[in-house]
Amino acid sequence: MNMSKIVRSAANLLFPFILVFGFYIVLHGHLTPGGGFQGGAVIATGFVLMFVAYSYDFITGRIGAESLHTTETIGLVLFIVTALVAIVFGVTFFTNWMLDVGPVLNNPVAFGPNPGDLNTAGFIPVMNLAVGIEVLGALSVIVLYMLSGTKEEI
Amino acid sequence: MIELVVHAAVLVGLICAALLVIHFRDLLSAAIAFGIFSFLLSLEFYILQAPDVAIAEAGIGAGLTTAIFIVAIRGTRRMEEVKE
Repeated sequence: MNMSKIVRSAANLLFPFILVFGFYIVLHGHLTPGGGFQGGAVIATGFVLMFVAYSYDFITGRIGAESLHTTETIGLVLFIVTALVAIVFGVTFFTNWMLDVGPVLNNPVAFGPNPGDLNTAGFIPVMNLAVGIEVLGALSVIVLYMLSGTKEEI
Repeated sequence: MIELVVHAAVLVGLICAALLVIHFRDLLSAAIAFGIFSFLLSLEFYILQAPDVAIAEAGIGAGLTTAIFIVAIRGTRRMEEVKE
């Protein structure tokens, strides 16, 4: 059962803005308040808004539980592989190895109050992105399974 | 002074929203009132200088929990039964 046209139009209008704000929180996780979990929760809120506004059949015709499971798995694998690569470089597990390799995410942090530089902090932004897409998949699949139990004739 | 007024207004709004959650017999209205409660709680966290917790509360409390309640109401009945 779809909700009313007002709810569906509002959900369509809000959905891209919620996604942009969520990815902003994830990508600025090492500079501003928030991080992987909070940003992933905000993105999942956008997906859940679509789940609530549309019927279960409409949603599962476009995005399946399998793809959300895959998203969750990709996040977890990216997280643990990024941590394990440190062993290849001869340092301990979870060492911030990107600080020593190449120019990517490797600028020195300015002293004192400054506007912030995204290109810092080694692999912490990568970890934030991994946690973000993991939380996105996990929270969305919870609500999708919850929605699968509702009766469609109401 | 203005911070104190805003803080007091948020606290009064929290209590009003919590009382409304108990008062409503329409469960959908109660779920929306609970969403308003969570939103005011995230504002309160922000006033108390915990913006990290405020973002988590706004995402999980006001967004996901309200959606889960609405999905649950869609699967059952909307009006609460009144016991004699």
